Amino acid sequence: MPQDGSAAGRQFKIVGTRPLRPDGIDKVTGKARFGADMSVPGMLYGCVLRSPHAHARINRIDAARALALDGVKAVLTSADLPDYSNGDQGLHDVLENVMARRKAYYDGHPVAAVAAVSPAIAREALRLISVAYEVLPHVTDVEAAMAPDAPILHDHIFTEGVQPKSDKPSNIVARHQFGHGDPAKGFEAADVVIERTFRTEAAHQGYIEPHACVADLRADGSGDIWCCTQGHYMVRTMCASLLGLDISRLRVTASEIGGGFGGKTVVFLEPLALALSRKAGRPVKMVMSREEVFRASGPTASSSMRVKIGVKKNGRITAGDAELKFQGGAFPGSLVDMGAMAAFACYELENVRVVGYDVVCNRPKLAAYRAPSAPIAAFAVESVIDELAVRIGMDPLDLRLKNAAKEGTKSPYGPTYKRIGLVETIEAARKHPHYTAKLGKNQGRGVASGFWFNFGGNTSTSLSINADGTVVVAYGNPDIGGSRASMCMMVAEELGVPYDSVRAIIADTSSLGHNDITDGSRVTFSAGIGVINSARNAIKVLCARAAAMWDIPGDAVTWEKGSAKPAGANAGKFEPLSLKEIAAQFSSTGWPISGHFEYNADGAGVSFGTHICDVEVDPETGAVRVVRYTVVQDAGKAVHPSYVEGQMQGGAVQGIGWALNEEYVYGADGRLENPGFLDYRIPVASDVPMIDTVIVETPNPGHPYGVRGVGETPIVPPLATVANAIAAATGTRLNHVPMSPPRVLRAVLEQSKAKGEALEVAAGGQVRN
Amino acid sequence: MAKHHVSATVNGDAVEFLCESEQTLLDCLRDELDLTGAKEGCSSGDCGACSVMVDGRLVCSCLVLGVEASGKSIETIEGLSDGEKLHPLQQKFLEHAALQCGICTPGFLVASKALLEKHPNPTETEIRYWLAGNLCRCTGYDKIIRAVIDAAAEMRGA
Repeated sequence: MPQDGSAAGRQFKIVGTRPLRPDGIDKVTGKARFGADMSVPGMLYGCVLRSPHAHARINRIDAARALALDGVKAVLTSADLPDYSNGDQGLHDVLENVMARRKAYYDGHPVAAVAAVSPAIAREALRLISVAYEVLPHVTDVEAAMAPDAPILHDHIFTEGVQPKSDKPSNIVARHQFGHGDPAKGFEAADVVIERTFRTEAAHQGYIEPHACVADLRADGSGDIWCCTQGHYMVRTMCASLLGLDISRLRVTASEIGGGFGGKTVVFLEPLALALSRKAGRPVKMVMSREEVFRASGPTASSSMRVKIGVKKNGRITAGDAELKFQGGAFPGSLVDMGAMAAFACYELENVRVVGYDVVCNRPKLAAYRAPSAPIAAFAVESVIDELAVRIGMDPLDLRLKNAAKEGTKSPYGPTYKRIGLVETIEAARKHPHYTAKLGKNQGRGVASGFWFNFGGNTSTSLSINADGTVVVAYGNPDIGGSRASMCMMVAEELGVPYDSVRAIIADTSSLGHNDITDGSRVTFSAGIGVINSARNAIKVLCARAAAMWDIPGDAVTWEKGSAKPAGANAGKFEPLSLKEIAAQFSSTGWPISGHFEYNADGAGVSFGTHICDVEVDPETGAVRVVRYTVVQDAGKAVHPSYVEGQMQGGAVQGIGWALNEEYVYGADGRLENPGFLDYRIPVASDVPMIDTVIVETPNPGHPYGVRGVGETPIVPPLATVANAIAAATGTRLNHVPMSPPRVLRAVLEQSKAKGEALEVAAGGQVRN
Repeated sequence: MAKHHVSATVNGDAVEFLCESEQTLLDCLRDELDLTGAKEGCSSGDCGACSVMVDGRLVCSCLVLGVEASGKSIETIEGLSDGEKLHPLQQKFLEHAALQCGICTPGFLVASKALLEKHPNPTETEIRYWLAGNLCRCTGYDKIIRAVIDAAAEMRGA
């Protein structure tokens, strides 16, 4: 079905306003039930035994002493999880990640699980399980993992995408390449070429709610799961596949979700809880500790990158070339391909090439984190763009504007852009008072732009008109940041009824058709198309009922402002019938009135943002403080502007945290050294200023209201924006994220040392620094 | 070992519960008293999602033992509203869209109430430092700070 955005220019009544969210009361009174808030009668508590080694063969697991402990009801090992993957290596990887089989691949990898009558007994039982490990050499660094003599994780991985195909197992899973034109020719035409290398460390999504679930799997293979997830249909599919169950027998209910940012798009505990429940014959609750979240759920990739860009003196970029190496943990899928596609996506380039290497390491398997990989690639590319601007003496926003992708630009990853809003965000940033505000001592200003694809995907929605004229809309995506409000707003807009008369629920997997995960910034876009069209289908029924009440043909009725009206003079003269009046007669005119819609949406509409950041650098400690920050982003059409601003602010602050502080630190022993919020320090309120926002609205032709997803793009520019600001403040360019005080201080000291040496030479050795 | 018998006051009601020596106040509130509004985000006092008041003092309930609650008066998020009438902080958090996922919200509300009881007219900086023990990963804090400023103004006027 075409979603041509023909309504993009329409005057909205509800869309664009800021009503209170329908689930708000529960969330400010403590009533909202999150993953760990569920209890059921007869419930046991499950705990996971995790590998203390980064890489080890598991020779034997002896659980006899654990099973003998009073209150222990089941112990689970990989022997209890038959392999149903049937040649599907991706599924086998998930099976192996949820419970180690032959080998443990990272510090924190599950090797056994216990269900007991209390959490304390379950934890005690873990101590009684003895595992005979044969410790193997490990590797946690991406460059080291690519070295010819690196310890090999998997003997079935042979590098894909290289010619000739390798016959030796490797940690390099695949080589990806994107681009067009001839970069070598482009560099010849350039006046200035800059080539730099960069490193970024792994960051964690840092959701405040640890993973949690309650699962009950009965003897007949039917089961229920309650869990915090971004995709309960995904949980159902994965659990059914891993445990050899019928999808129809498994019902998954999504709890309220305490943050995900991509980290709750995969299963960890759910299959284990189900399997424990099957063994014990009782429901099992499992909740991760914060340490488990850090050690064993999915952080981002860490990377090593090289970027080369050429530019003419007039600011025209002649070529871009990049090489990205990402390690994504112990199994394939570092998402380097997304980074490679996104790297130069802001620019209209004749000659561009990006090569990406997907690498495995002895670290937990990566999970998506908000625009996965794009912030990493943008850090490198936008840093070089900034340096080029300085070199040719051009304003950095002007340089971006001169080369900005627009409608009709062939993107470096293939498709030609439809209507996009990058130019609008750069122009709005240029005009923003922040851009010309005065800076203080030790302060500097940086800018950067960012891109994200946005996704559409599968959506099923259902809407029912109640006898009193109120409306319930069911959709299948956990509400991670206010989507119930935007769904209600779009339904109310379409039906022409008050916002308060519409309520949204997140249906469980057995109550509504399949819905893809809450990811890719897809929900307001894709589920939005679903609920708008559900409302339109209900309107067809409402019009038919009005026609029946008036005894005129169905096509002689139109819907306007929440009422059925005769379509024209020929249709007859009747007073409009409101939705409420028609709803009251639903049984006498037919049957219940509802509207359903199923859709696999494309046309999500790519998204761009441009950020401005002022930092102050303490030259004595290397500490960097963000003193002012502005986010400009294209939302297509902001359905609920407060929640759009919230995405922009939250994404920016996550990016600031990653830029300045957040980092997975591994010891030489391959163990994670900072698995807690004290040592893995995410930004707190006193670390950041207010985050100013400017919403640009360049309608997405793929959505009836012009909506684009907004959730992910705001984390893309901050790494580079902050780096560029630090460069402006110190004259020193940091090429390693996070730009933590030790790294900044070292760079500043090295620079003053170099300057001092230069001074000494200039002054004939008479000046001492 | 036998469980401990604890008597305390929670949100004005006398309560009794049994707890193990190692159970935290947070465990007891959530598992023994079914008050699941306080959340466990870290169990190390770093995230503030479990913030409650004990005898008028703001604490992380994950760092207090259940037995320590004996004879004490505990206030949790469940006691913040007056029946169906929301506390001004709750109302302002909704109006300012100061929550996205909502997991940190109970802790922020309890901590913000403690702040406004001591400092009815705090500056932005004071609010930011008072709430620095409460982690929010969704909002970037902007709308939370604005909600607290607005609630403080309303409470001073009332």
